Amino acid sequence: MAIVTDTVITDTDETPRRSRLTQLGQFARRNPLGAAGGIIVLVMMVMAAFADWITLYEPTANDFSVMHEPPNAAHWLGTDQFGRDVYTRIVYGARTALLVGFASAFIGATVGLVLGVGSAYFGGKIDLIFQRVMDVFMAFPLIIMALAVVSIFGTGVMNVIIAITIPFIPRAARVVRSSALAIREIPYIDAARTCGFSHARIILRHMVPNVMAPFLIIVTAAVGQAILIEASLSYLGLGVQEPTPAWGLMLRGGAEEYAESAPWMAIFPGLAISLAVFGFNLFGDALRDALDPKLRSQ
Amino acid sequence: MYQYILKRLFLMIPTLFGAAILVFFLLRMIPGDICFLRLASGGGNIDAQVLANCHVELGLDRPMWRQFLDFVVGFFTLDFGTSMWTGRPVIEEVGLRFQLSLQVAIMATLTAILIAIPLGTISAVKQNTWIDYVVRGFSIAGIAMPSFWLGILIILGILITSKAWFGASWMPPIKYVPIWEDPVQNLSMLIWPALATGYRYSAVATRMTRSALLEVLREDYVRTARAKGLLETLIVRRHALKNAMLPVVTVIGIEFAFLMGGLVVTEQVFNLNGLGKLFVSSVTNHDYTMTQALVMLVVTIFAFTNFIVDLFYAWLDPRIRYNR
Repeated sequence: MAIVTDTVITDTDETPRRSRLTQLGQFARRNPLGAAGGIIVLVMMVMAAFADWITLYEPTANDFSVMHEPPNAAHWLGTDQFGRDVYTRIVYGARTALLVGFASAFIGATVGLVLGVGSAYFGGKIDLIFQRVMDVFMAFPLIIMALAVVSIFGTGVMNVIIAITIPFIPRAARVVRSSALAIREIPYIDAARTCGFSHARIILRHMVPNVMAPFLIIVTAAVGQAILIEASLSYLGLGVQEPTPAWGLMLRGGAEEYAESAPWMAIFPGLAISLAVFGFNLFGDALRDALDPKLRSQ
Repeated sequence: MYQYILKRLFLMIPTLFGAAILVFFLLRMIPGDICFLRLASGGGNIDAQVLANCHVELGLDRPMWRQFLDFVVGFFTLDFGTSMWTGRPVIEEVGLRFQLSLQVAIMATLTAILIAIPLGTISAVKQNTWIDYVVRGFSIAGIAMPSFWLGILIILGILITSKAWFGASWMPPIKYVPIWEDPVQNLSMLIWPALATGYRYSAVATRMTRSALLEVLREDYVRTARAKGLLETLIVRRHALKNAMLPVVTVIGIEFAFLMGGLVVTEQVFNLNGLGKLFVSSVTNHDYTMTQALVMLVVTIFAFTNFIVDLFYAWLDPRIRYNR
């Protein structure tokens, strides 16, 4: 018992003097899994940013003299049926994954943020109708909605981003709305209204900043999900198209066909997808624990 | 209670109606023409007259509102029409595959429950020990791993082990037979996709079991049970677990509805002729009637599962009463 009281006292004593770095260190010690996730995400970003420097081949260059090479010194993770270097394509694939992941998560969550806060702020009939519309969208499984959107707009990176963004919007809006509902009841919103501020000003200046915690949680959780959906769509042939290097696409066709004779083609891209999503999920969980006071231990 | 059930059933109608509007117009926004695809498959030029005849035959020449009305009336009277692509009744085409997809879905759910509840419980009881970390890692890995990749790995594993043990590669059977006709062939075909989807499914449920149980274990009545010297296993099993099941049931219910979506990809990997595959092919073929029917099926299943989950709540937790 005494030990517990001790740590609490030292904790509060040191709070104002803690530097950013020690804060980070404490976060890592409290959330070893979250820190691991953060490192994976960081590595992935570095991979995407410096892809030109850390690879020896062109991601789209065919070389028919080295088809189906198993992993060796020249090709660390082997080559595919066109003699393309698997390692190079995985590194460049990180770019596609991060672009699609961040763009659709961020846009979807932002639109959902504005809609959700607006719905909570206006309340009444508007809120009710809005909720029913969201219900309709939510009734479609993510991948089915994305499939429908892709078949309208066509394939390719940009259209995949749109296809993943649209089903994210109602999910983000719902979460944000529930936090915003509580904020609407706090007196300072009434005060702002009494001051005669416009609706837009109250929503954007007074309510949106207060739902930033759920917003950030949604974004990090959504990035991982978006990467997974992009891979699934590309795997089905309805996402990113050849020759763009993308992880899901690398598992399509060749990888399955040659799985027995060239298992590296099937193993490594899938490992990349799993690691990336794993990293974002771990990091997102830790972020939620840190930002959501209700879930914080102690 | 009955009032609540009626109200919920009534509230389902606008959702279904909205979904009908959404799918109807989304489909008609997709560029392309089913008649064109159907006729072009034979090759050569298509006569304008033939194309127009095909439109008349499929009823695509009628005004939009008329087509929509037919679709909605058809849905509520359970008449889904005929597939524009194969010309056979939609009910028949769906019925052929529904059995397979439903069996995979049920087997995946069972797999998930069998993995999730024991693992989630151990993880919560041994919170912040290495067991907890391993279980959490295992379950987060399940969410991170794309089920189609897991499927590819399973196939690869089957190929390699069968070759090593029996000298010849063995592949799961390709032809579907109902479980009551030939259980061995049926299971040796469907167990793999069920495992691939079930693992992913279990991951969400494991995490939910863990966090729900952790919350319940901090409740006063658990402390009371401990104070009176009850065995820890009894506390967990009899007092905590049942009360922690509430959110777990929700997750399992919601995920069950979404399994239909998840199967789209898994069926592709295992080359199963199920609803997911039918969905992808009917979207690419612009088969309006079939796609509409499938989407409405998924949405209806989803709405009903939500409804049943809500009712289940009241049964699990007597504090919840629906008499508003």
